[in-house]
Amino acid sequence: MAEDRPSAFEAYERRKVRLGVRLTLLYAAVYAGFVVLNVFFPPIIQKSGLFGLNLALTYGLGLIILAVVLALLYNWLCGVPPTEREEG
Amino acid sequence: MALIVFIVFVVLVLIVSSRAGRGKTATSGGYYAANSSIHWGVNGIAFAGGYLSVASFLGIAGLIAFFGYDGFLYSIGFLAGWIVALFVIAEPMKRMGTFTFSDALNKNYNRPGIQLAAGLSVLVVSLVYLVPQMVGAGVLVEPLLGIPHYIGVIIVGAVVIFLVAGGGMTSTTYVQFFNGGLLLTFASVLTIAVLVRGVDTTDLPREEGPRGLESYRFEHMALSVGEEGGIHRESLAQTPLRAPEILTTHVEYDEYTGEPVLRLYQLSRLIPAEPAAAGEYTARVKGRTVKFDANRVEEVDGAPFVRIEDWWRLEQNPRFLPTGTEAELREAQSITTKPDGTQLVNGVEFGLGAQTQLRQMGRVSDLPDGEGATGAVGPIGLLSVLSDENTSIQLARAAGFRIDGGTEVSVYYEKPVAGDEYMRPGMRFPVIAREGEPEITTRLNRLNFISLMLALFLGTSALPHILIRYYTVPSAAAARKSTIVAIAGIGLFYVLTMYLGVGALVGGANNPLTDNMSAPLLARSFNEPLFAVVSGIAFTTVLATTSGLIMAASGTVAHDLMVNLVRREIPDKTKVFAGRIVAVVVGVIGIGLGIAFRGVNVSYLVGWAFAVAASANLPSLLFMLFWKRTTAAGIIASILVGLVSSVGLILIGPDMWGIYGLDPAQAPMPLDQPGIISIPLSFITIIVVSLATQKEKPQQAAPAS
Repeated sequence: MAEDRPSAFEAYERRKVRLGVRLTLLYAAVYAGFVVLNVFFPPIIQKSGLFGLNLALTYGLGLIILAVVLALLYNWLCGVPPTEREEG
Repeated sequence: MALIVFIVFVVLVLIVSSRAGRGKTATSGGYYAANSSIHWGVNGIAFAGGYLSVASFLGIAGLIAFFGYDGFLYSIGFLAGWIVALFVIAEPMKRMGTFTFSDALNKNYNRPGIQLAAGLSVLVVSLVYLVPQMVGAGVLVEPLLGIPHYIGVIIVGAVVIFLVAGGGMTSTTYVQFFNGGLLLTFASVLTIAVLVRGVDTTDLPREEGPRGLESYRFEHMALSVGEEGGIHRESLAQTPLRAPEILTTHVEYDEYTGEPVLRLYQLSRLIPAEPAAAGEYTARVKGRTVKFDANRVEEVDGAPFVRIEDWWRLEQNPRFLPTGTEAELREAQSITTKPDGTQLVNGVEFGLGAQTQLRQMGRVSDLPDGEGATGAVGPIGLLSVLSDENTSIQLARAAGFRIDGGTEVSVYYEKPVAGDEYMRPGMRFPVIAREGEPEITTRLNRLNFISLMLALFLGTSALPHILIRYYTVPSAAAARKSTIVAIAGIGLFYVLTMYLGVGALVGGANNPLTDNMSAPLLARSFNEPLFAVVSGIAFTTVLATTSGLIMAASGTVAHDLMVNLVRREIPDKTKVFAGRIVAVVVGVIGIGLGIAFRGVNVSYLVGWAFAVAASANLPSLLFMLFWKRTTAAGIIASILVGLVSSVGLILIGPDMWGIYGLDPAQAPMPLDQPGIISIPLSFITIIVVSLATQKEKPQQAAPAS
């Protein structure tokens, strides 16, 4: 449990929590932008996006790719705990 | 053939999964959490296999095939919620819990009330989510095995009960793991096949299969319009139809502008017949050979004909008409039920059941460059073609009404849309204001959509069968890694689902009676063995999700509710035995609900499960983790308020009003989706009650950080 671990580990955990919250907020903002565009700005979402697709498709597919990229980024930034190696 | 492949496939998955669980369920740690010994890679795919329910596999593919881009919006919401699961829930849940979500919530408080409230919430969410899975199981098995819906539900329920009660979390994990792997593999295979086939506006598969669900090119013919906008009767006589007479006209008007939006005609006409066996004739009806008694035959100019009555739609939109054509009569399909119970399918009394006789629908009728076919096409190219404003798409649509004498009519017709309309929001979720629509209606429609997207984002990480999977891995890091594997797998699957949906449209593989069969029928448009395998995967998808839900409900009743109600320590073996009994009981309840809710739109039910989970579970989880002043009373109040408000708002909403047989417009709650009210309400409750009960100190520091 976190409370029993050395302070370096607690600092690592706190940093990880902060990172997680920030990335969640970042994704939530991009997701909210997608919902708002779909609901309130249909003419914009129908405009051309990338690769011959409209913005609605580009943004939607982009959200899926962004989720995978952020997940990998988070794992990379988490790295290995400083005082404990929980598992290989 | 298809049936044998299907049965062999399902039995193999079951044998392997149940063997995996053998000997590992003696202790509660083994039964409820697979001894926390599952590798994170296996757990990640199992996450995907358990999460990707029939709503994702069959539901979204079908929605995309019928409604285009709006089906894809579900995919986005279903995936986005995993971000919350990964970044804020996964690792704390693993660190703080042992078997259930309630364990983690109660870790710092040790209050029976939390465990009871959380247990109750898990039970309700599991049951709400179980219903669409069971309904979906019946829908799937009905046409495949040719058995009634309720028997399909009972079969699925019995198999899941056997699996969960016998093999616990280990068997559940492996069923979900195999299902996840199979879903990703065969969705990829189907996607590649769809891209290689490309879009062909001229050549659709026309073979007559045993179940008669194959494609058919509907007839269309030019004619002119009369004074009141309807068919000009003289021009009808000049069409290739033989001796046509208009029997009934059905016009539907836009509810706001009053303009006609749909004109349907029941025509009586003669079709050529040929002598067959003694006293019998055959004729081709919608491309299908049908037998008729000799007394139905009329002689015209020495040749035999039979008279049939079928439905046609009048198309008057110049965008979808050949140049210089004023209007076209387009062939539709119909099921009519007379007051005496006689049922006619496409004007003919088949006596074989309606569902097996309608033709499949959906196709692309015009490509942007005027070509007949694209040939093999890339993944971006296919979406680009389908979203082009010059592409014409024919979607399957239905209209139901009564005609004189009380005959009930359902007409299934092709509705043309341009590609850019197909690939934009609005067909399923009416977020774009229509001409003349009252502002309040537009606002409510938009709020409904926002409410759904909010519930999907916040509900995923609070679903009970997702939460219990954090305890099957050995460490917090493994919980994190398995969640990342899940995101990658689920993200890939939702991209592939887009191609399954558009592939079913392009391949004319939609059953007009249900939008749940598009993915298996797409497989069938390639070959029968692929159809059997994909149907088998759809069946294991039901098993995977329902086994996870029953496992979560079983764990929470035996571990959270029973311990607190009995109020004394229960031996380990008794806990495992109780879990098995509860699995049987919950499974039987699920079977009953699955039968009772037959015919209810399953995607609504899934949306509701997310809304209840997001309202009842997530606020307490987040505040327990991130707000030091959270109290036990705040957590209990938040769970109960979230649970009662979300379920209560659903029960008094327009959809349920319709199910009760009342006017949905008169429902006390104007929104179908409760999340936008119940989720903030639950958050406010936890803040207010926690602040009001600050004297009550938690046993340990609250935040997990």
